[in-house]
This record gives sequence, C-alpha cells and structure tokens, in this order.
Amino acid sequence: MSATALSSGRPRRISPARWGLYAFILITALYFLLPLYVMIVTSLKPMAEIRQGNLLALPASPSLAAWVKAWTSACTGLTCEGIRIGFFNSLRILVPSVVISILVGSLTGYALSLWRVRGANILFGAMMVVAFIPYQVFIYPLVRVFSFTGLGQSLATIVTIHTIFGLPTMTLLFRNYFTSLPVELFKAARIDGAGFYQIYARIMMPMATPMIVVAVILQTTGIWNDFILGLVFAGRDNLPMTVQLNNIVNSTQGERAYNVDMAATLLTALLPLVVYFGSGRWFVRGIAAGAVKG
Amino acid sequence: MRLSLTSRLSVISALLPALMVMLVVYIGATSWTAWMSLTNSRMLPNNNFVGFRQYELLLTNDRWLTSVHNVIIYGVLFVSLALLIGFLLAVAIDQRVRAEDTIRSIYLYPYAMSFVVTGLVWQWLLNPTLGIQHVLRSWGFAGATFDWIVRPETAIYCLVIAGVWQASGLVMAIMLAGLRGVDDEIWKAARVDGLPKWRVYISIVIPMMGASFATAAVLLSTAVVRLYDLSVSMTNGGPGIASEVPAKFVMDHLFERANIGLATAAATTMLITVIAVVAPYLYWRARKGEVR
Amino acid sequence: MQRSNVDITNLQIGFGGLKVLENLNLHVDASEFLVLLGPSGCGKSTLLNAIAGLIDVKGGEIRIGDRDVTWAEPKDRGIAMVFQSYALYPRMSVRKNLSFGLKVARTPQDEIDSRVGEAAKMLRLTELLDRRPSELSGGQRQRVAIGRALVRHAGVYLFDEPLSNLDAQLRAELRVEIKRLHARLGATMIYVTHDQIEALTLADRIAVMQGGVIQQLDTPKKIYREPANRFVASFVGSPAMNFIRGRIARDGGLAFIAGDARFDLNGYAFRTPPSDAPAVLGIRPEHIEVIGSDHPSAVPARVEMVEPMGADALIWCRLADGTAFSFRSDADAQARAGDTLALRFPAEAFSLFDDQSGQRL
Repeated sequence: MSATALSSGRPRRISPARWGLYAFILITALYFLLPLYVMIVTSLKPMAEIRQGNLLALPASPSLAAWVKAWTSACTGLTCEGIRIGFFNSLRILVPSVVISILVGSLTGYALSLWRVRGANILFGAMMVVAFIPYQVFIYPLVRVFSFTGLGQSLATIVTIHTIFGLPTMTLLFRNYFTSLPVELFKAARIDGAGFYQIYARIMMPMATPMIVVAVILQTTGIWNDFILGLVFAGRDNLPMTVQLNNIVNSTQGERAYNVDMAATLLTALLPLVVYFGSGRWFVRGIAAGAVKG
Repeated sequence: MRLSLTSRLSVISALLPALMVMLVVYIGATSWTAWMSLTNSRMLPNNNFVGFRQYELLLTNDRWLTSVHNVIIYGVLFVSLALLIGFLLAVAIDQRVRAEDTIRSIYLYPYAMSFVVTGLVWQWLLNPTLGIQHVLRSWGFAGATFDWIVRPETAIYCLVIAGVWQASGLVMAIMLAGLRGVDDEIWKAARVDGLPKWRVYISIVIPMMGASFATAAVLLSTAVVRLYDLSVSMTNGGPGIASEVPAKFVMDHLFERANIGLATAAATTMLITVIAVVAPYLYWRARKGEVR
Repeated sequence: MQRSNVDITNLQIGFGGLKVLENLNLHVDASEFLVLLGPSGCGKSTLLNAIAGLIDVKGGEIRIGDRDVTWAEPKDRGIAMVFQSYALYPRMSVRKNLSFGLKVARTPQDEIDSRVGEAAKMLRLTELLDRRPSELSGGQRQRVAIGRALVRHAGVYLFDEPLSNLDAQLRAELRVEIKRLHARLGATMIYVTHDQIEALTLADRIAVMQGGVIQQLDTPKKIYREPANRFVASFVGSPAMNFIRGRIARDGGLAFIAGDARFDLNGYAFRTPPSDAPAVLGIRPEHIEVIGSDHPSAVPARVEMVEPMGADALIWCRLADGTAFSFRSDADAQARAGDTLALRFPAEAFSLFDDQSGQRL
C-alpha cells in the first residue's frame, strides 16, 4: 500500500492541492501525448493541408493515402518500394535474434546461478561491466572479424550480433530469477538423477515462463528499435526498418512529404507500441529487471 | 558440490558462448580498438605505433571538441531534467490518482519507441516553418520564435527536449517502484508526527531512495555516452557540426572518413569515461549486496 | 504528563462494501493499559488505526480526552504510536528520529533536548543516539520506536503489535520493559497483539476481538477464568482449554452428561437458569486432578500419551465416549500410556457453553 492510501480526514470536496495535482498530471500527459497526436494527424492529412500550417488541427478529410505510399512506394535512397521492405527485414532479424538470445542467455544464467562453478562470479561480474560499454568501442574489430569469417554483412551476422549484445541483460535476468527460486527444487532434481541439461529443459525453463515473457518484451523492443547495429552489420539487403525510415525521411530530395514521413514513422513505431500497450505491467517489469543495463 | 565429469562438461559447454563472447568480443575487440588508437591506421588497420599522437590530434580537432562540448551540455541537462521530471511524475502518480494505469502508460510509452522515431517526430514538431513556432504565431503570439533546431548555438537543446521526452517515463517507472517500496508504516509514523507531505518526501523519502536515483542516473548517463541515433535522425549533427556527438564522431571517422586511428582514439576515450562512471556504481552495488 | 481516556461509540469502518467494524463501542480509562487481542483479520489493527486517525471511519464517534477527534488529523489527537515494523526513518540518526516530529511542530530546541534526553535515559538509548537505525539490533530499534512515541508526551500511546518482529527472548525482555514503562508513566496505553501471553501479562483489561466484534472486555483474570463464549475460551490459554460435548441433566442432582461420564455441576455459577439442553463443557488442563478411584465424583479416563514439558507434564487422555482432553500433572507423574486414571473435574473451574450459540451458560 502506498502513502496515498492513508485517510485524508473528513470526506470533503477536492482540495486545492488536489486540483494542482490533477492540473500537473493533465499538462504533463499532454506534453507526452503531443508528438503521438501530431504524428497521427499529420499522417492523415494531404500535403496541401499541411502547408497551411495547422499542425494541431484535425485533418479536414482524413485519408490513408500517405500510409499507403509510405508502405508501398516511399523512396529509401535508390529504391522506391516503401518501408515494407524494412518491416520484413526487421521481422527476419527479430525472430531468430529474440529466440537465440533468450536461449543462450537463459542457459548462461542457469549455469551461473545454480551450478557453483569456479569463476562464475568473475564471469558474471565482467558481463555486467561490459554491458555498459558503448558499441563504438567494439564495432570496428567486429566488422573485421565477421568479414574474416566470411559472414560479412548478412542476416546471420546481425542475428549473432544481437545475441552477443543481448547476452549480459538476458544472463542477468535469468540468473537473478533462478537464484530467487528455492534451491531445494534444484537439489531434489539432482537427487532424482537429472543432469545439467535435463534440469534446465524440464524443470527450470518451464518455471521461468514469467521471465521468458519479460525477456521477449525486452528483446523485441530493443532489437526492433536498434539502429546502429543494423546499419553496420545487416548488410544492404537486410537493412532494418529504423534505418530505412531514416533514409526515407532524411535523404529526400526536394519538398519533404511530411505526411508520408509521419506515416512511415508511425509504421516503424507500431510494433513496439503494440507490444507496449499489449503487455501492460510486463513492460514495466522488464524495465525493472533489466534496469542494470541501458 | 562435487560434480561428475559429465556434469562438469555440461556446465562448460553451456558457458562456452558466454566465455567466447567475453574473450573475443569484449576483451579482444576492446584491446584491438585500444591498440589501433595508438597507430596511424587510416582506411585499414596497420601496426605503425605512433604513441599518443591520435589523442593529441583529437584534442585539436574542432569537430571532436564540439562533440565533447555538446555531450556535456546534453548530459548535464538530460540527466538532471529527466531525473527531476521523472521523480515529479512518480510522486504525482503515487498520490492515489484516478486512472493510474492509463496515466502511467502515457508517461512511459515514449520509452518503447526508438530514438530514430523520437528524433524524426521532434524534428517535425520543432520545424520552424510548420511546427510549434508556427502554431504559436497563429495563436496570436506574432513574435514567438522557437527555431532552435536550425540555429547552431541551440540545436543541441533540441536533442535534450526529445531525449527527456523519451526517457522521463523510464525514470518515473524506477522512481515509482522506489516510492512504492517505502514502508507504509513510515507514512503512518510521519502522519502521527504531524509532518506535512512535502516534508516527508524531502526529509525522509528522498534520502531513502538513493538506490533508485543511482540506478536511474547511471542508466541515463550510459544513454548519454551512447547518444547517436537521435543526433543522426533529428539533425544529422547539424546545422553544420553544431549537434555532433562523440559516438557519431567515431562512426563517421570509421566508415566515412577512413581515419581509423582517430576514430579508435575517440572510442577509447569514451570507454574510459564510461568506466569512470560505471565502475564506482557497480562496486557500490556489489558491496551493498554483500552487506545485505 | 496528561492521561486521556478514550471513548468510542458506534464506530463503523468499511472498505468498499466490506464491513470491518460495525457499531463498535469501547471505553478506555485514563491510565489504563488496554490490550486488543485477536487472530489476524479480526479488526484489532483497524480499530487502532482508526483511533490514530490513519484510516477513514464511516460513522460513529471517537473521543480522546473528552474531545471529539473523529475527523482530526493524527497529529492533533494527542496520540503517539509504535509500529510493528518500527517505521524508523532510515536515513536519520536515532536522535533525529526522536526529535524530528517535535522539530516540525516547532518545539523550542531546549525542550526537544530535554525530552529526547529523558526518553533516551528511560529506554537506555543514550549511548545509541548518534547511530543510524541500520546499525541497531531489533530490540534496540524497537526501543527507539517506543522512544519516538514517548517524546510526544501524548495522552494515549498506541502500540500496533510492537513485539511480533522480535525473537522470543527479546520479546519477553521488552514486554517487561513496556510494563515497567506503564507503571512509571501511568499513561493510557492501547496495545494490539495476537499473542495471548503479552495480553495476559500486560493488560489491565483485555478486549478479545473476532470478526470485527469485541467478544469480551474484561480483566485478564476474568477472561481466563470466565470466558464469555467458546471463541474466547479456545483463543486464550495455552495449552488450550478442553471441550467436552454433552448435555445438562437435572435428574438426581445437577450434572453434565457426556456418554457414560457424569460431571457434577454443584458449585458452578450459572449465568442463566440451567435447562436440559445440549451443551459444551470447557475446563482448563491445570484444573483436572487425579484422585482415588473410589471417590464418588471420579471420572475414569484412559491415558494415551504423556508430554513432558519441563516443570510439569501434559497428559493426553480419552473419556469412555472417545472425547480427547489433556491435563497438567507434576513432571514426575507415573502415568503411562494405556493406564486408566480416576480424575476429578471441579465444577468451580468449569465453563459451560450453549451448544448452539457458544455463549457461556
């Protein structure tokens, strides 16, 4: 229970302080909602209406034309096939990256939490430190390593990269979760003769469903929103949606089609927003669980 | 616990990916970067040792100095504003308000969006011809100017506005968790003592929330050092080089300007800065963990 | 120091549709030590929080020191409170914890110093004044929490299960300390607990609560000896009171019949005139004695198990009809499982309850 559940004395009308509070909440909420609102109304207006300059006005005659154009025929540099190319690229990157990074992370977290191996704490501590280091420090050597191995810029490369950079957070998440489980469970399984991978697959992972949900949310939004790694490692044929979006908006020649830009921006933000509003408190839980990393 | 050979092999096999990543990626790549910063590598890495020459060049490089200047301005404003706003939002939500879940969702949703999306939206909102400035003028504030994004001396503040918008919700979520963790009986005791609410927040609650503030501050600070996507999408470093940032400096010199030596010197400088911020924090956390 | 009485009339408290307290009445004398005793969820903490002004009431009146405080802020009620989790302000030293409320109330500094010094001396906290709560043991923290209440010089001190976070030995020590404090200050104290030993040792009067209703309000002795209903009888006392089901018979002298066993009721003080009806006989283990089997009122019972308890032993038996009960005997009793004993059940020690309503007869 929070402080606010305390009594406020005799039942009475809303106090001035209460009015102030609600005014503060209303104003801040408007500030946070304004960009989303402007994105939506702009994307529904024709350019002629936008040029008149009523940024905040509702569209006179809402039209999805800009959305269709953004999806199918907006120009990203050389080609004009719309942002859908980026959408499907991002999906192709997203699915294997999420699955593999969670598998590797949960296995690492499991091994580091329940099996008291020598050096486990050192490895874990080191992983927590490196989680904070900016990508710029690793990026060039990694480019060289991948071109040396022959993978170069490819889907396999970007998936590997997401797995690598997701590893500290995923390990942390699962390690903390497995550490919080009663250790008797693990001991009982050992006495029953279950081996390392059996305990992982049969006992621990089925119990870790809440953490898996959190991990999926965290990784999905994180990987979908990535820009820099996709730009460097995915290769020209697999550029993710965020990169394509930036190309559409920032490399246009001549007059900017703001309605198409905003439609493309919304389309790019759509999946994380759906995940966010669909998952409710789970998203917050993900933030709290992964709070050690940025 | 004594492990059989099979178990031991299993554990090692499970930890192999993590070990490889640590050794090859983190330690290996970091060392290589640090080494390259001591060479005169241009388009391709070479091993011509030049000592700290690249760092000297860095210190006379206008673009780098602007980047560092910018990231300091951005960092100070972004961290303090996001902490302040995030904390106030959390306190407001903590007052048993109606529709708490909805309000919290509104504050937090920007954090679900990418920096690219954030940058592009705010680029549009701050566009002087058709954006907020225009709206203000059409409301009758004829002299209203809000053209920061096209003026070199103010462009960096636009990144702050967008960054704070995106990250305040995160601070709010962390702070709210901290506030909800305050024992209800503390509030009761404070009421019996007759303390006004604001006094309880300042004298009792904020001092109790050191961990929440530290966590939020460290998260925000690492985001500052990583600042890249927002600068690229919102201003592309411009006007001119007015909103360049170190991460962008590194990327541009690695991949466009073919000056690997200088880029890795910049990257190494970033690394040292991050470690200087994060190491004390992690040490403090680890010690706290031991005490508990 | 002022000592206030507390009067509660027709108090109603509910959360949403749920009624927690309904038409509750309670009077606490000035200088009295009143304990609210009951299982968790019985409403005792709710009642205490209502007296403190920490929860909203739906109706009724609360008066402290003859002043209506039903809607007053907690700080204006002349109360002080000690919490179960201590609720010490973690970032303040002991001294600041004690003085903070006074400082906010703009009490002059020399007055603050003297009150803090006095409370610290009384609770042996003088050495600890500059420590942080995290540097104190559980018992010390609880003494600080009590100190923070004392410096308020309140008319009523409220204790919300203050000892339940402590281990058994510390709990016993602090119990004595609180009792001593009450004797010394003569202050009005209202104390919530689920621990009957605390209640019996500390209280001038105990209010036993269950389901939001005060089941019995009486001195510890009366609560123990003459429980008003089966709930009070079974909740208070350890080892628990024995209950034997049967009926009251008036043929051939007043007696309680359970199967073949017959318990003489001569000497039992009936509250209502006895009638032939099913009833429950309650008797505490320490009131049953072994006597010669030729005694006219002897009841035979078969020993099932002997539980040695140090100073004495608890002997578990069954009556002929199968009813299990226990009684206390000295530690070197010779009884063995399987023995048959002749026992005396003294009518003066009985508590008879109506089988239906559970009320004392």
